Amino acid sequence: MTSMSGQMTRRETLALAAIAGLASFLAPKMVFADEAMVAAEIKKLYGDKKMDSGKIKLDVPEIAENGLVVPINVEVESPMTDADHVKAVHVFADGNPMPGVVSYKFTPACGKAAASTRMRLAQTQNVICIAEMSNGSLYTAKANIKVTIGGCGG
Amino acid sequence: MASPTPRVRVPANAKPGELIEIKTLISHEMESGQRKDASGKIVPRKIINTFTAAFNGKTVFEADWNPAISANPYQSFFYKANESGAFTFTWKDDDGSNYTAKNKLTVA
Repeated sequence: MTSMSGQMTRRETLALAAIAGLASFLAPKMVFADEAMVAAEIKKLYGDKKMDSGKIKLDVPEIAENGLVVPINVEVESPMTDADHVKAVHVFADGNPMPGVVSYKFTPACGKAAASTRMRLAQTQNVICIAEMSNGSLYTAKANIKVTIGGCGG
Repeated sequence: MASPTPRVRVPANAKPGELIEIKTLISHEMESGQRKDASGKIVPRKIINTFTAAFNGKTVFEADWNPAISANPYQSFFYKANESGAFTFTWKDDDGSNYTAKNKLTVA
């Protein structure tokens, strides 16, 4: 009986190995970004600086039916004066082939740190937004978007 | 493909200190460099990588676009009207060409 159960485990192991091999063969060749890649991009920009939550209003749909056109509106609370304004806003997506989406540069002349555009999302994923203020402080916001049809044409 | 046509919506008049919203759209395929053609070859990337808005020659807003921006890219942003003048909007293509649009704004 012991030898029998031992054989079964071996057989199971082989079957599992075969399945794993097949899965890696069938998996799409497209490489997607992940959270670590987004974190690396943010580190490249701002190092290990502390980030606070708040101030950012990230307006995205909860469910995107078409990943090719997903509206995104970012608004950062700020008086937008010469002394206190939003300098830059970066948007990243952690499930696209490349993590970057858009980077905005604002000036006090904008009067309001808000911008909208439309982006492509390959699959259900998180969108991460970083705002850099004129005093150097950083704010971050994150939203999960469920994508019904991916927008990467792969 | 026909050359990209920019379309911009800016109010013609504004009161001093008024916050105006500027909406822009340009026809462009924004080829991401991820897609494959029928023969399985990757279609080379060709996107508009930078959008700039300047007022009387001074840059007020800039957006760096990645391939994750949809085809026929839309961009809206705000501007606080202080003086009359003209906006110049510039879209920079990967292939080096620039597309521009100009809009007048009267502040009174």
